[in-house]
Amino acid sequence: MKKTHRVGRLTALAALLAIPTALWAQTPATPPAPVLDSGVTAWMLTSTTLVLLMVPGLAIFYGGLVRTKNVLGTMMHSFVSMAVVGVIWAVCGYGLSFGPNVLSGFVGWDSGLLFMKSLDEKIMTSGIPEYVFAMFQGKFAIITPALIAGAVAERISFKGWIAFISLWILLVYCPLCHWVWASDGYFFNLGAKGAIDFAGGTVVHISSGFSGLILALYLGKRLNYPKLSTSPNNLTMVLLGAGLLWVGWFGFNAGSAVGSNLDAGRALTVTQVAAATGALTWIIIEALVHGKATSLGLASGILAGLVAITPAAGVVAVPGAIALGIMASVGCYLMITLKAKLGYDDSLDAFGVHGTGGVIGAIGLTFFIRDSWWADAGTKVAGWGISDQLLVQMKAVGATILFACVMTLVLGFIVEKTVGFRLKESDEKEGLDHSLHGERGFGLNNLN
Amino acid sequence: MKLITAIIREEKLDEVRQALIDAEIERITVSRVSGHGQQQEIEVQRGKKVIPNLIPKVQIEIACNDAFEDITINAILRTARTGKEGAIGDGKIFVQDLRECIRIRTGERGGQAI
Repeated sequence: MKKTHRVGRLTALAALLAIPTALWAQTPATPPAPVLDSGVTAWMLTSTTLVLLMVPGLAIFYGGLVRTKNVLGTMMHSFVSMAVVGVIWAVCGYGLSFGPNVLSGFVGWDSGLLFMKSLDEKIMTSGIPEYVFAMFQGKFAIITPALIAGAVAERISFKGWIAFISLWILLVYCPLCHWVWASDGYFFNLGAKGAIDFAGGTVVHISSGFSGLILALYLGKRLNYPKLSTSPNNLTMVLLGAGLLWVGWFGFNAGSAVGSNLDAGRALTVTQVAAATGALTWIIIEALVHGKATSLGLASGILAGLVAITPAAGVVAVPGAIALGIMASVGCYLMITLKAKLGYDDSLDAFGVHGTGGVIGAIGLTFFIRDSWWADAGTKVAGWGISDQLLVQMKAVGATILFACVMTLVLGFIVEKTVGFRLKESDEKEGLDHSLHGERGFGLNNLN
Repeated sequence: MKLITAIIREEKLDEVRQALIDAEIERITVSRVSGHGQQQEIEVQRGKKVIPNLIPKVQIEIACNDAFEDITINAILRTARTGKEGAIGDGKIFVQDLRECIRIRTGERGGQAI
């Protein structure tokens, strides 16, 4: 087994060495120009829109979980990501993520990708305009830093947040995205068929979850945490947000097939099943432990299931989806219980759900991969088995965690020492809405 | 018995509450209120300056026995003031004599019902 693994690594190395030539001769070797497929394009346009819907969904979800004085400030963390990352992605983010390897494959780049210039006429082999693919991927880039906000909610400055997500996108997300999803990326070429990350278990959820944990530890707890009550201001918003996320996730996962085909249908099915199983599991746990099922528990279970199925949606079938949904809810529930014991302030459980669920999904999927995948992997590396793939998955997960944690600590430090990240004490007490934005989220209680 | 009503800044609520709890005054009623005093707050909405005539504040009500009057007032004064000097908009404290207090559960009356 070790031997086959070394072979895998060698091919990856060879691929890396071949990159400089590929850089200069940019046009692909296959001359027949791809034809536009209107069916695939229509589905990818829809998916792109669905994934964007997740961002306001997340804003509403997080917005409902904080205290009344922070509702707008918290929703702004997600919304401003649409603005900031929306621009960065179009200028250079897409190029850094999906361009051909540069800097020994740390990121991708090609000068034609600045402002996505070279995409203007391009149809991809999958039959969609590359613009659509770039925008689809851009929505993932928007939602990922927005997820981090949950870990440090109610105590960061708006300026600091904008500075942080700008740096984080360029120096954490784009490299990770390149390693996992670019055809010449490190993880894409690990083992027989690469590290499996269908729709962003490592790139999106593990990276944001662990980055959130590091930021929460670095910036410290909210004032008086956990002594003063920090109960959600509006659980109806939380449910609405979780619902929108569930809907949007069909674009996220089924769209990641980049096809209007069997893969998309499989991904959509397991996404539905895992979300439902996660939700059901969480409320059963609550009913057993506390005697009551809560709306927050149901919403958390939906998310846990969705997060865990994200990397797995391309390779597992319904039994796997059910297993991952159960494992995710049990795991995330335990992690959140542990948080209370350890006392770190991951305010809205960005790490508890996305970090934990992401790891469970990315590692756990190995045990539920469908036979046809194994057969295909076997043709590439004879005898490729569970333990081989498990090692590949663990490498990808471990490298993502290490990279995200170290980089986030460095970026967090830089932002704190320059523009300032942690909010002033008086501003934190007054609440983000009024101290940072000069507004109030709910006008209902003011007679004006 | 006294009824102490304090109108304070929203952001001071946590501190005031903590100070009251530390002084063993644990029975309070809190509401959101709007009103005007000397303070004028300029808000900017879509680039247009708006001076709202009603500013949101928090109102705290505490019924206490006479012996606790000064303790309560001092706890609020200490924590509801902005900085050392105070600032316009820090609010007011009203103290009224309280004629009667009745605990609904038991029907007890007077000081022991507080």
